[in-house]
Amino acid sequence: MEPSDRRYSKQHEWVKLEGDRGTVGITDFAQNQLGDVVFLELPEVGRKLKAHERFGTVESVKAVSELFSPVGGEVVEVNAALVAKPETVNADPYGAGWMIRLKLDTGKGDDLLDAPQYADYVAKEAK
Amino acid sequence: METAVGTLRKTPLNPVHRELGAKMVAFGGWEMPVEYSGLISEHMAVRTAAGVFDVSHMGELEVEGPGALAFLQRVTSNDVGKLQDGQAQYSALPLPNGAPADDVIVYRRGPERFLVVVNAANIEKDLRWLEEQSPSRCTVRNRSDDYALIALQGPRAQPVLQGLTGLDLSSLRYYHFAEGDVAGHSATVSRTGYTGEDGFEIFVAPDGAPDVWRKLLEAGKDSGVVPAGLGARDTLRLEAKMCLYGNDMDETTTLVEAGLGWIVSLDESKGDFVGRGVLESQKKGGAPRKLVGFEMVDRGIARHGYPVYVSDGPAGTVTSGSYAPFLQKSIGLCYLPAARAAVGTPFHVDIRGRKVAARVVPTPFYKRPQ
Repeated sequence: MEPSDRRYSKQHEWVKLEGDRGTVGITDFAQNQLGDVVFLELPEVGRKLKAHERFGTVESVKAVSELFSPVGGEVVEVNAALVAKPETVNADPYGAGWMIRLKLDTGKGDDLLDAPQYADYVAKEAK
Repeated sequence: METAVGTLRKTPLNPVHRELGAKMVAFGGWEMPVEYSGLISEHMAVRTAAGVFDVSHMGELEVEGPGALAFLQRVTSNDVGKLQDGQAQYSALPLPNGAPADDVIVYRRGPERFLVVVNAANIEKDLRWLEEQSPSRCTVRNRSDDYALIALQGPRAQPVLQGLTGLDLSSLRYYHFAEGDVAGHSATVSRTGYTGEDGFEIFVAPDGAPDVWRKLLEAGKDSGVVPAGLGARDTLRLEAKMCLYGNDMDETTTLVEAGLGWIVSLDESKGDFVGRGVLESQKKGGAPRKLVGFEMVDRGIARHGYPVYVSDGPAGTVTSGSYAPFLQKSIGLCYLPAARAAVGTPFHVDIRGRKVAARVVPTPFYKRPQ
């Protein structure tokens, strides 16, 4: 079951909102679909993102998947540990597998799904 | 899982894959397992213990009767005359332009009794091509539906399989095969494979395949033997620099260009064969381009279809490329102009709009410890 302390996009990213900060990663469904993650392209600190803008790519052995930011903001931190250990995304997509941290713009993702809505969405998509 | 245009074919092991929770994909019109526990862990298991693969989708064509040997000499690139009973050889079905219709393994069961194992996607094409070459007295019969094929590959393959068969595997040499029993089923066991490891390919009747599969996994469970899917099969063969028909060669790439001059025989005993003219002149005088192995120098994964650039401009595309789980680097194959194909040559791969540095390296990328 998806953690309830965050919101989800239809591109299978999550954002955990804490004050003016948002942490972003991909969901368990996404990591499972991808398979073993071996490579990530993540943005530089300082990059400004709009909601739903592409911010990088995540690659498994077999597939390349683009990453879209669920909310707008400025990149203030990037998870450098994922360069050396990309498999963390598979092992812990909601914890140590976080990808970027943003200083949020106003407008905090009202178009995103909560955990039960996302679970519903995945159930329909997996058919 | 159904395609938009029709239902996918299923191998006799399909229910077993589903029981094991495999991720299934459409592959060449078949529903096949791409992975079970994870591509990297399956790949590593094959390099350190063993993996069990379902390759029942592959084709088996029987070529038998008077004139079978002469016919195969005419339509294959390698010297079939060198084979003894119980021996196999890697070969190709060359077209008049010297490019292959398919790469194959030819098995000699008897003086005029051969089995040709072909790629799943090419079964109908190969059959039509062979029929067009006028076999005259011998017959070419598609027996693909009569065989299931299970590959057991890895350093522990022999001890695991030995416990299930009366055949003496220690005396079964590489590229040789024998008929016997496996897990109580009549089988042909061939010491061949597509992973770069020691291993066996086991031909059984379709009805017996699920039982053989289960018994192999049971026999191997304390040795780290796991089921392995097409995902791992592809990364394993790439590390061992084994070509994939359709990617690394097709009807436009000659066997010499594809680095397969070693399965083209110009010996007198071979005689004339389709495409001999082109292949002979390329073997003697060189070919304009060459399939090379490369590794990425800067960060990035080169994949099939990505454009390749040498110092004087574009030079085709990546034919096969991937992250290599055992080697832990990004590797691939591509055709370069012969003058730019030396080991060490730097070039660039266009990875989704970005030119990333790569370098020609010797192949195979991986060689198993002897």
